[in-house]
Amino acid sequence: MATYSIKELEDWNKKIEKLVQAAGLDCYEQHFEICSYEDMLCYEAYLGMPSRYPHWSFGKAYERQKSFYQKNLVGLPYELVINSDPCIAYLMQDNTLLTQILTMAHVYGHNDFFKNNRLFKRDTRASMEVDMFKTHANRIREYIQDPSIGPEKVERILNAAHGLTFQIRRHGSLKHSDQSESTEEVNHPIPERLKEDLLAYLAEKGNLTEWERDLVNIVREESIYFLPQIETKIMNEGWASYWHYQLLNTLGLPQGLHLEFLKRHNLVICPHLGRINPYFVGFKMFEYLDKQPGGREKIMAIRSEDRDQSFIRRHLNQELCAELHLFSYGIEGDNIVVTEISNEDGWKRVRDNFANSVGLGSIPIVQPLSVEKDTLVLEHIYDNRELELKYAQETLKYVVDLWGGKVELRTKLYSNATLIHCSEDKVVTVHNC
Amino acid sequence: MAVFKDKDRSPSDRSAWDRKRHRQLVEESIKKNLGDIIAEESIIGQSKDKKIKIPIRGIKEYQFIYGKNTGGTGAGSGNEEQGQVIGKNSSQQESGSGQAGSGPDEEVYETEITLEELTDYLFEDLQLPDIERKKFAQIELEYKFKRSGFQLKGPKPRLNKKRTIIEKLKRKQMMKRDQAALEAEQTPERIPFHENDLRYKRVKEEMHKQSNAIILCIMDTSGSMDQTKKYLARSFYFLLYQFVRWKYEYVEVAFIAHTTVAHEVNEEDFFHRGECGGTYISSGYAKALELIEQRYNPTVWNIYIFHCSDGDNWNEDNYKAVALVQELCNISNLFGYAEINTNRMYVNSMRKEYNKFLSLDNFIMVTMNNKADIWAAFKNFLDKESPPGGNSDGNL
Repeated sequence: MATYSIKELEDWNKKIEKLVQAAGLDCYEQHFEICSYEDMLCYEAYLGMPSRYPHWSFGKAYERQKSFYQKNLVGLPYELVINSDPCIAYLMQDNTLLTQILTMAHVYGHNDFFKNNRLFKRDTRASMEVDMFKTHANRIREYIQDPSIGPEKVERILNAAHGLTFQIRRHGSLKHSDQSESTEEVNHPIPERLKEDLLAYLAEKGNLTEWERDLVNIVREESIYFLPQIETKIMNEGWASYWHYQLLNTLGLPQGLHLEFLKRHNLVICPHLGRINPYFVGFKMFEYLDKQPGGREKIMAIRSEDRDQSFIRRHLNQELCAELHLFSYGIEGDNIVVTEISNEDGWKRVRDNFANSVGLGSIPIVQPLSVEKDTLVLEHIYDNRELELKYAQETLKYVVDLWGGKVELRTKLYSNATLIHCSEDKVVTVHNC
Repeated sequence: MAVFKDKDRSPSDRSAWDRKRHRQLVEESIKKNLGDIIAEESIIGQSKDKKIKIPIRGIKEYQFIYGKNTGGTGAGSGNEEQGQVIGKNSSQQESGSGQAGSGPDEEVYETEITLEELTDYLFEDLQLPDIERKKFAQIELEYKFKRSGFQLKGPKPRLNKKRTIIEKLKRKQMMKRDQAALEAEQTPERIPFHENDLRYKRVKEEMHKQSNAIILCIMDTSGSMDQTKKYLARSFYFLLYQFVRWKYEYVEVAFIAHTTVAHEVNEEDFFHRGECGGTYISSGYAKALELIEQRYNPTVWNIYIFHCSDGDNWNEDNYKAVALVQELCNISNLFGYAEINTNRMYVNSMRKEYNKFLSLDNFIMVTMNNKADIWAAFKNFLDKESPPGGNSDGNL
């Protein structure tokens, strides 16, 4: 049973909104939806979008999340907020009043971040996103219901496209270029504009029917929508946490609620030993930066300009590194071994390792390299981190599905140049070369 | 001003379709792994309620990801030192940075199923080939009684006390209510059963067609059948026996063990007793023929014969064996021969003889080299999908 009324939430929200404005945050109109536990699970599985196309992977996400909650492995999220205009946030009805207040304040932080961060501005159109997902879902449902296509064929292409969902251009879409490029393209099997975008390449050059092509493009477009969130996880959560902390401290909470707030807040931003809690790192960094001279303007500029990688590289200094007890680790045999710690000697390397592993840095880059005798040759851009072989083999089969022929991947395994070959009938072989 | 919406949700469960499809895929994956499960678990002779733990390799969503030997960044306690070992690579807790972990092992979860459920999965798509061929074998009818609801009249033994009391209570409540409405003063102390309260179990008679089938299990128990081979043969027959029990109500099974001579044995001895000695495969076949002549007239019975052997027969017997297979095939629906060949180099093989001299539609040969082949062999004999009969020289 809820321990609050909607009226109470509205009253607290009014106060929060005033503070938000006074602080100079710049938000979309905010919509809150109170929802049940089951709805929350559902929204989570579909990454917040109220309407998405059907695919078993969402069912899997739902079941997994549910079993995690039931085993108490993770707590339910108090909220879920999506990048849209108006900004939609879901609040779970079973939250306590204080949790709802804290969550609302937190949501305004995200809202401001969505509206002002460069990546979101560049790659998403907040006012149209919800409709885009709806349109996509409708189109895919039509394909599923089309007797000449049907669910199995749709699933096959979606499976394949999902396998490559992050193999897309990472730094914004290219401006549609002039004619000169297309003449050059004739001689080049891999046009410049598709070089860093395997999924777009396959959508265009793969042996696909119209509706198959459409499916791949749908997956790609939705992936583009999610990229800014992946690229700014630490900043976004840090920013929202920093603001809920600031706002609730000046909100004039009654003492009981204030204590609950501090407790709750500390749970949100506590470090996870041996891992990175983005709320913790982001919160600490913004808190530190805000205290510097000219801090407020500076953090406003940072939230507009940076992504996690540049945020860490530019603003994580030795003092912060040491305060957060950051360290790098490597794998030696079966052991996980500390390789660098945040002392005078090592902190820069800790920072750089960290910066390289956040956001899309956690996902290997695989690009189309050439086409040799109908075989599509892919290249893994090797950066001392090796691919998980089993996964690479299986993912190559997806590439074969979309390419419609043989595919080859050049990478390094155990420091040796390696070629993974996948035939048309999906027989995978691994060669040292 | 922000907008609040409260529980404005449609009752539809929009993830239902996707969850159903996911479960379907998981079940398919279980079925695909069944061969491994049978091979790994010693399920022979276990009770049907035994729980078997099987790891479900969850339906993975493959992408290009970094391998396990990739380092990362962590937030520590501040006491970490360079070179300090902070964990084992296999453990999930220590690994992963930044992004929510998507480690390869993450999606293995275990599920427990009972042997009975396993049997359900296993045998769902299998059947004895051509079982309905002998239509007139189904004339034997049997009445079976099945409960189906309740009725007002019936013989005393079928009186259902619980339902009867419920009816009486209903009547009592109604009376009370009526009296309250009429403001009547006295409530009778005791309300006796009325004839209309009585409820009897309704019983439906069901006619059952019976198909007469006999399965003859012939096993080579000679000295050359070592422990591993016997294990393979017994596993095979265990599966077959479970299958027949699961699927068909009126199928008889007879067991024949042979060395140079053959005996009809009981189930216990067949699965648990070892013998040794030389091999006359024909002795087993002759015994089978004898049993058929005595008890299972082929005009009435569907006959299925399975023989497991390592194919190591004494040469002088080969001709006789081939002739007997021919004879048995003429009167049976299916003759399945499974040759157990744990040592692939074996040259002296009955299989070769059969290949040379036999070409019969209802004679199927398979080989079993290791545990993993049992299920494949089994399916080869009984799969609905595969055309019935046919000399499928299954290279398993």
